[in-house]
Amino acid sequence: MSLITTLARLEAVSTGRARPAATVRHRHLSERPLVFVPLTTAGEAGAPLGALVGTDRDAPRLLAVPQPRDRDLRFAFLAELADVVLPYIDGCAEAVEAAERSETDPETGKRVKVEVELCADAPQLIVPSRAGVDFVRLLGRSTRFRRTAEQDPEAPFPAPPRVPLLGRWLTHFGERARVPGSSLLPAMTDLLGRHWATGQSSLEDQHLGALLAWIDPPAGRSGAEAAREAELARDAGGQLRCPPAGPATDPAFDNKLLAPAIERYDRARTAFAAAQDGLEADERLGALTAAEREIRTLVESRTRPTWDAVWRGLDLLRALPEGVRVEERWTRDRWSFTGHRDRVLAGEPPQPRRDDAVTAANKLATREREQARLEAQEALDDPLVMAGRRLSGEAFAGEVTDVVMAYSESKRPSPRPLVTVRTDDRPHLGARTRVYRSLGGKPQAAEFVGYEDETDGHGADGHGRDGAEEGPAAVESTGVESAGVESAGAGQSSGGLLVLRIMDKMGRGREPEAGSVPEKGDRVCFTLFEHEPRGGAKLPDPEETPWTHGGPPDAEAAVREPADPVTEEDVL
Amino acid sequence: MTRSSTASPSSTLSAEAVFDAGAAAGRATDAILRDTLHGTARGVVVDSPPGAGKSTLVVRAALELADAGRPLMVVAQTNAQVDDLVLRLAEKNPALPVGRLHSSDTDPYDKALDGLDNVRKSAKASDLAGIDVVVSTAAKWAHVKGVEPWAHAIVDEAYQMRSDALLAVAGLFERALFVGDPGQLDPFSIVGGEQWAGLSYDPSASAVTTLLAHNPELPQHRLPVSWRLPASAAPLVSDAFYPYTPFRSGTGHGDRRLALGVPSDGSGPDRVIDEAAESGWGLLELPARHTPRTDPEAVRAVALVVRRLLDREGASVSERSEDAVPLTADRIAVGTAHRDQAAAVRTALAELGAADVTVDTANRLQGREFDVTVVLHPLSGRPDATAFHLETGRLCVLASRHRHACIVVCRAGVGELLDAYPSTEPVQLGTLVKFPDGWEANHAVLAHLAHHRITWQP
Repeated sequence: MSLITTLARLEAVSTGRARPAATVRHRHLSERPLVFVPLTTAGEAGAPLGALVGTDRDAPRLLAVPQPRDRDLRFAFLAELADVVLPYIDGCAEAVEAAERSETDPETGKRVKVEVELCADAPQLIVPSRAGVDFVRLLGRSTRFRRTAEQDPEAPFPAPPRVPLLGRWLTHFGERARVPGSSLLPAMTDLLGRHWATGQSSLEDQHLGALLAWIDPPAGRSGAEAAREAELARDAGGQLRCPPAGPATDPAFDNKLLAPAIERYDRARTAFAAAQDGLEADERLGALTAAEREIRTLVESRTRPTWDAVWRGLDLLRALPEGVRVEERWTRDRWSFTGHRDRVLAGEPPQPRRDDAVTAANKLATREREQARLEAQEALDDPLVMAGRRLSGEAFAGEVTDVVMAYSESKRPSPRPLVTVRTDDRPHLGARTRVYRSLGGKPQAAEFVGYEDETDGHGADGHGRDGAEEGPAAVESTGVESAGVESAGAGQSSGGLLVLRIMDKMGRGREPEAGSVPEKGDRVCFTLFEHEPRGGAKLPDPEETPWTHGGPPDAEAAVREPADPVTEEDVL
Repeated sequence: MTRSSTASPSSTLSAEAVFDAGAAAGRATDAILRDTLHGTARGVVVDSPPGAGKSTLVVRAALELADAGRPLMVVAQTNAQVDDLVLRLAEKNPALPVGRLHSSDTDPYDKALDGLDNVRKSAKASDLAGIDVVVSTAAKWAHVKGVEPWAHAIVDEAYQMRSDALLAVAGLFERALFVGDPGQLDPFSIVGGEQWAGLSYDPSASAVTTLLAHNPELPQHRLPVSWRLPASAAPLVSDAFYPYTPFRSGTGHGDRRLALGVPSDGSGPDRVIDEAAESGWGLLELPARHTPRTDPEAVRAVALVVRRLLDREGASVSERSEDAVPLTADRIAVGTAHRDQAAAVRTALAELGAADVTVDTANRLQGREFDVTVVLHPLSGRPDATAFHLETGRLCVLASRHRHACIVVCRAGVGELLDAYPSTEPVQLGTLVKFPDGWEANHAVLAHLAHHRITWQP
């Protein structure tokens, strides 16, 4: 946890209300997101109990599985879910815009621009918590390899037609959610946790109700009180007033309400199956329907508060203006979405169970690059985030006190102006450390030359410059004088004078282009981190996986890896 | 990584009496070179404990491979390591043509290379075609495409190389010698890679882990003698960090001495310096307290110890020279866990006029050697012990950079902290369990340091 986050959390504790951790919204929010609040069955990994899903906050679609261990009912649930999710996805897949992408020409081996389609918008699936993201991934994993009767007439338990396709999409969402800064499948607790710092631990922040209580407590109550109540308060029947955001349910709910209801449903179903004649069957069908309705009501009672909480979170987030570079990251999400749409259309097989060596390495490289990009972009978009980086010595802001023109020592001298910046920040600068500032959205690099002695340098244009070249020595001499006087870190009133040499983005001429060099009096902010992470080298194709990594993967086996054999425990 | 040691413990013990460090190291090196030059396996793996002559081995293997007429590429992890290797190669054989493949950044290589006649530098691999030995970083090699593969490669610091980095370069060579220290810091990733944990080619695992998972039959060697660590340090480092692959010091107890010209003034820093000069270890224990990472008192204490080391005119005698060598600022280093701690120590040292002492994090001190090191204990003043702070390799690096003595500055209470935070990393199916875990190694080091404790209230 960074120092500024610690500070914000301490402030939240003392004020009883969450503190802003950002001044702009750092994640894209769709105009029309699909909210998905799933519940799972205790003790049965991957057995959904029900869900609220939809794009209209006032009219969610309720899905429920009255007997979660019945695979037919589970498939019916998934088919219904597909009926909601897939049309929503298709709605985004149709509108496209023309875009360019560079590809390697297979004949010449050169990078060429290719005209391609880019979906104008992408779907956004919002779940309440991080566990919800895992559940989406699990649903994807459990359904994308299922075979429909159409695909495989021999399949012993054929899946409803659109279920495998749903699995492929959910898998794609789940994988994309692992990319830092992506917004295809965000968890509401993560979104809120990014923008507010509460007075509780980040583990406790995983409880959506408690998190919202800190951010937006009811009138006249402190966030701590409200969060405690959200977590623990129970009604007369022993049920939590604010049910957990799922997918796991509260054991008290499972034991006292759900289990008896499922048992009643099972009995009604057995009785219905044993009905002797039409009249009896009619009567028992009524009982069965009533038992099913009861379970649906129970599922709705546990998901609806979370559903409303997610939308409340969206309201809070929408009140923040979107960060400048959020759009760019959303475009990457659109590329990702378009890419998967194209793979599905091209009839490619579902994502394999495990990544091969090259795919895994590529994914890791992408995520590391996106993490670096996200951290840099959030700081550039948001002065509060930048303040955190400045506090940790990774950036500094200040006023330009002096600019002296200088040139590189080459045949064609280029401008290398020396800029003196007065700052109260204490960046971790070493000799020739590269620093960057944003100039018209592009990073301009400078090199740290040294510290300037305040007494010499002040007001003596160009004179103090020689002293600046001996940076470390100057530090040492001032340091010795003040040794024992300054306490480490605290109470430093006078800032430092840093001399930087601007290195690029000044045009091709001998004189720098107008506006490309800071002027005296300008406020500038330099970072020690790069703004645009460099991509790594291209990895070999999977067919050329080297011997150190097991050689090329067996393509057949990876795609058509057989399902686990059916054991006794699999059959009810 | 646990691997069966090549010698059983009993035979090591019985042979101890007649153990001749030089001969044992020589035998190990000969076996490695035999497998490398004449073996049939595509790879040879060499585990080297701290200061066991890894660089010497790499240089010697490179020269012998070049002599045998095998085109050789050398893969190191950082530019500093690459430059250092090139300089060592040139020192051993000034006539050998060496290529230094570098990036197209400004100042891509050490200027000292410009003074070497037979070293050609280029940012393009094609410019260096046909040169006997070409050296570069893994990151740069990954950009080399469409060339004839090299017959042989040497991969240096292979345990600090990530599996995905090896994937990017492994197509460039047919056979390779992998050299590294399994006890140092594992490579890391800034994003989670749990998704691939347990896969043989987990991209965030170390290159050697992946290599051996796919090629378990490759010959594995280890260097048995540390020439850097003194007799006072080798047993502790070996027991705490290499319990299944023990090594010993190449020097005996009397071979190295650290003497101080100026007598102690009785202060805590002076007493811990005396203790360390005498025994090779010193623990300066400050009162227990929870502090921010850049604990001002501890930072100040570290700086004071360094200042006193310089002021007290230390001089070392070792097997390298009969005469006492003065302990100058360039022979002292300070190691920390975090970069902000290093920055704070640097500032404190500058205030005391000792700015030219190396101060760095464990990551950056890997592979370096000093006479005396002063370490700010990774767990000092912390309220919790995270996986980062418990990582075995971090403590191992910090405790194994010195030729004479290591002084640890720490707040009291780390033992209790460790007991309050046992390792709770999730168990990943299919991954090799690493021994020892950081918790155990930390306790082992702490128990040893307790015998050299100086408590001090600054």
